[in-house]
Amino acid sequence: MKIHKYDTIIVGAGGAGMRAAIESSKNSRTAVLTKLYPTRSHTGAAQGGMAAALANVEEDNWEWHTFDTIKGGDYLVDQDAAEILAKEAIDSVLDLEKMGLPFNRTPDGTIDQRRFGGHSRNHGEAPVRRSCYAADRTGHMILQTLYQNCVKQGVEFYNEFYVLDLLLTEKDGVRRTAGVVAYDLASGEIQVFRAKSVVFASGGNGKFFKVSSNAHTLTGDGQAAALRRGLPLEDMEFFQFHPTGIWKMGILLTEGARGEGGILRNRDGERFMETYAPVMKDLASRDVVSRAIYTEIREGRGCGADKDHVFLDLTHLPPEQLDAKLPDITEFARTYLGIEPYTDPIPIQPTAHYAMGGIPTNVEGEVLSDNTTPVPGLYAAGEVACVSVHGANRLGTNSLLDINVFGRRAGIAAAEYAGGAEFVELPEDPTRFVEDEVENLRDATGTERVVDIRRALQQTMDKNVMVFRSEQTLKEAVEQIGDLRKRYKNISVQDKGKRFNTDLLEALELGNLLDLAEVTAVSALARKESRGGHYREDFPDRDDVNFMRHTMAFREVGDDGTESIRLDYKPVVQTRYQPMERKY
Amino acid sequence: MSSAVMDKAEAEAKQPASHLITATFRIRRFNPEVSEEASWEDFQLEIDPKERVLDALHQIKWEIDGTLTFRRSCAHGICGSDAMRINGRNRLACKTLIKDLNPDQPITVEAIKGLTLLKDLVVDMEPFFQAYRDVMPFLVTSGNEPTRERLQSAEDRERFDDTTKCILCAACTSSCPVFWNDGQYFGPAAIVNAHRFIFDSRDEAGEQRLEILNDKDGVWRCRTVFNCTEACPRGIEVTKAIQEVKRALITRRF
Repeated sequence: MKIHKYDTIIVGAGGAGMRAAIESSKNSRTAVLTKLYPTRSHTGAAQGGMAAALANVEEDNWEWHTFDTIKGGDYLVDQDAAEILAKEAIDSVLDLEKMGLPFNRTPDGTIDQRRFGGHSRNHGEAPVRRSCYAADRTGHMILQTLYQNCVKQGVEFYNEFYVLDLLLTEKDGVRRTAGVVAYDLASGEIQVFRAKSVVFASGGNGKFFKVSSNAHTLTGDGQAAALRRGLPLEDMEFFQFHPTGIWKMGILLTEGARGEGGILRNRDGERFMETYAPVMKDLASRDVVSRAIYTEIREGRGCGADKDHVFLDLTHLPPEQLDAKLPDITEFARTYLGIEPYTDPIPIQPTAHYAMGGIPTNVEGEVLSDNTTPVPGLYAAGEVACVSVHGANRLGTNSLLDINVFGRRAGIAAAEYAGGAEFVELPEDPTRFVEDEVENLRDATGTERVVDIRRALQQTMDKNVMVFRSEQTLKEAVEQIGDLRKRYKNISVQDKGKRFNTDLLEALELGNLLDLAEVTAVSALARKESRGGHYREDFPDRDDVNFMRHTMAFREVGDDGTESIRLDYKPVVQTRYQPMERKY
Repeated sequence: MSSAVMDKAEAEAKQPASHLITATFRIRRFNPEVSEEASWEDFQLEIDPKERVLDALHQIKWEIDGTLTFRRSCAHGICGSDAMRINGRNRLACKTLIKDLNPDQPITVEAIKGLTLLKDLVVDMEPFFQAYRDVMPFLVTSGNEPTRERLQSAEDRERFDDTTKCILCAACTSSCPVFWNDGQYFGPAAIVNAHRFIFDSRDEAGEQRLEILNDKDGVWRCRTVFNCTEACPRGIEVTKAIQEVKRALITRRF
């Protein structure tokens, strides 16, 4: 068994992981373990921009940004964290520019900015230009720029190393970080990486929905590893559905399209968002717009033969503007739908997009084992984490911001910790869990196939845990996921080899998705209110008396081996903003 | 919105759900754990021609043969994982629709060329990334950092816009006959990424990058075959970028 030793291990090479690596590698011997090659991460699929109150094109300030973030998150946001996010946004964008990021420019040569959903001037008066962007390729540019700077700094990468387990060792009554176990996809070898500090930056888990903007590889590997090791997951019931996914495919069409003036229309050509959000209209927050779209569809005003989608209309915008500001999404419409966006509206439907919940951390990126206690040496940042700056609904352009602000913070903190800490002994037989998992799957002769279970999981999630939820749908989901978990135990893979066994990899990923889907559905069932991205038809109002609190879900295994989810709750940090009714 | 637009959209949406066709996918298989020889294998699928080649590969992997191995992630042409040789031409499997491939004939799918084959459609990407890393693909500046952003005019920003689109999929480099014959050649993708910085008004290491590309394995190896431009799934004018680097080497102006 190969055992590597680094001061700091970073799991994941998307925006958060590479931003963390740029910091930690300056002061700490760092390696990045990544399931994909670094520039393959889904950060690259982000389009519209990164929010920061630079005030380059109109009056703006970070306090307005803080307020919008908290309101956008339906007051479930931890307000101290949101303030840090908005304040540090400005330097975060400037840092990226100095690293080389090719932002679009104003006539003065400064970074250009555009409108985005939920971002407003003076606490909701009108939309504000806050999104710093590079055409509709902002995520691509961030990912490339961060990788370029990792190359410049000589950051060490282990590409196509799939982290399957987190190693914690108890010492003086406290569980401390000892390292991770990874599966080398090329060789099929299981290897141990000892480290003083570990940063999880492994991304989201949106692949448990069928209509999803997420990459095939977004299977919640970090969240699932933490959960298995007894750590909580926070606010997993809050999942964002982006209003404009390509109909049936789910491919993202940026909110920047509406920021540039695009309009949503129903089958009668009506600009229906005027009814739902008189001030912000098409630029209301994503949860509001997604619910509006499904309300239109449910009430028979959807488009097409099955009235199952609406239109994103860009036909009134000059072709030059589309070419300059939205080149990629217009090409997606041409490639995948055969539609010319200059002249034809684009059929869209909401698409599963972003997990607001994840591994709980404090504002330094330290992972919490309960409501307040950090796990020594363990950090998380980006979509895998829950700080919580997004609360019940994330604002567009705040995730590219989150990965930069909290990726940086986690990288600094992890290196600092490693500088003053000793290596912790490895637990006994450190690879046992992973070896058992991998060998069991490889040797299994069960009759169930990955594809059938994954399809059934995605179907039940789309049907029962999407934009509209109720006790009935959530109970159905919990029951069906439970059945699927049983079926999963009877799974087998066809590829029995060691080299690049992606058949095995997909089976492992499915196991993670099942675990996280269960937590999501159970957490959603217990939250008997509607808030942000979590909408309960049986409890349509927000209930601040009983539910102004974060959900903390733990996996428990009884003496007889039965597994269950235990829910606990954590207070929301409120500083200067009192909860108000949310109107756009 | 004009009623004409509504009518058109309505008509499009009313088109019947696509019919399935039978298509043959002829895939170049290689698994050194089983055999040292690569061989072709045919798979017949019932599939919607509007689906992507990636969807066909998934259908084979998930329904027929789990050992079929390929890389993929985003599935919409952004992550650069799934460049492969489809009907003899380098493309992304996730950006190639079956209907555009004449599915009456067998559709051939094989790994990109010029990089060591590891398994089925998976090649060793390390030499490709090494060439990229060798051209200093990062902004180099001197002096004190400004407190705010560096200024750049919209025209200066536009100057290198095309080459910022690169997703490092290797479709261009692995379509280049010079690269096939001699893996030491930097290849189009590395030159594209050098171009991206050489022509960035903020950067100060253009001369150094030009010297790197002036090497015997550098830009002069390009024979202007245009395969790279044709292969680029992002529509980058790769050959033009290479020509601009050559010209900069001669004029030392950029």
